[in-house]
Amino acid sequence: MGATTRLRAARASTEFWTRIDLELRSCSLNYSAFASTSTALKRVLPFVIVALVGFITVGAATMLYRAKRPVILSIAKEKATEKERQESIHVRGPAQAPVTLEEFGDFQCPPCGMLSGPLLEMEKDYGPKLRVVFRNFPFPNHQHALEAAYAAEAAGLQGRYWEMHDLLYKEQANWSQAPDAKQLFVSYAKMLGLEIDRFETDIAGPTVKARVTADQERGKSLGVNATPSIFINNQVVPPKSLNPTALRAAIDEALKERPTS
Amino acid sequence: MPFQSKSRDRQSTAIALPRGTVIVYAVVALISLAGLADATYLTVQNLAGETAVCGGSPDCFRVLGSVYSKIAGIPIAAIGTLAYFAVFTFATFAAFGYERARTFLAVTVFMMFLSTLWFLYVQAFLLHAFCRYCLFSAAITFLLTGLIVAIPRRP
Repeated sequence: MGATTRLRAARASTEFWTRIDLELRSCSLNYSAFASTSTALKRVLPFVIVALVGFITVGAATMLYRAKRPVILSIAKEKATEKERQESIHVRGPAQAPVTLEEFGDFQCPPCGMLSGPLLEMEKDYGPKLRVVFRNFPFPNHQHALEAAYAAEAAGLQGRYWEMHDLLYKEQANWSQAPDAKQLFVSYAKMLGLEIDRFETDIAGPTVKARVTADQERGKSLGVNATPSIFINNQVVPPKSLNPTALRAAIDEALKERPTS
Repeated sequence: MPFQSKSRDRQSTAIALPRGTVIVYAVVALISLAGLADATYLTVQNLAGETAVCGGSPDCFRVLGSVYSKIAGIPIAAIGTLAYFAVFTFATFAAFGYERARTFLAVTVFMMFLSTLWFLYVQAFLLHAFCRYCLFSAAITFLLTGLIVAIPRRP
């Protein structure tokens, strides 16, 4: 090998190692860039995950609340007038009372039971100024609610609806847990001095079913989806105000708007 | 001040954790999501005023409508929602190696554990009624406590 060839080989070798050195440096820079990107991502990722879960939770809660929140219901004027004409069977208080409280209730619903006592006191306190209308709105997930509504209507056919209404709420804790609630309803009918044979026939008859269905249909047409649902002079009472204090305030307000004639 | 700076670094930056520990924190985060869903549902129920039809169970109403269901007017369910969200947040950060998040997670879960014991006592001895949603939440809190206790302490 001549001196020129050796010199050329040496130059090629130097270039080779320089190239290798450059490539290694480039790789190192790429790796550093990758490593720093990965670290940044790791730092950001938990924030992203938490924000995402928070966003989903708030979104789901808002959607659920919108689906559940009470729609501001009111009975249309035409319907109200029609209602006035078709006097409800289950009414306590004078027809000309300035305030009408219409309740959609389920005899097995605990809040309805808890509200029944205070409502009775309000009726006494307001006297002729208040008229109370009760509508059956039994929920299918309450085992004996429908039967209880039938029992009240069957008692109503013998003119003792309100007595049975009050008794069913008073005894709610007992018959709600009973495997055969009908037996208890019959014993309540006895307590109220009803004709038992007639009561037992009526409770399974088409008349009481038709009355309960009519009440339920009226409730559904007004957008009722929970019990108790109460309307005061055709304006729905928000669920938050379904307590004695707020109800009295609402009645007082209604009395101011429509004072005793 | 090198010591302070070092301490701050240790607390706020991520550290490498054993794979098993990371998995446990991830499981804690996932379980807390179930509690978050439960508590959020109850909060919405409360805000919508729908305790009336809480699964058709009178026991549920007795518990959720009782005086013990609120603290200073704030529903316990809403506090539970925040607590589960905090657990999820801390567990996620702990899984990514954030040292301080581990401490916060342990403290939060411990406080939830104590609260759960109190609420179980209230249901069993004061209200004589059990709410199924509350029992589900109690089970989740116990599970979270077990997992947090099981995580090996770093030497």
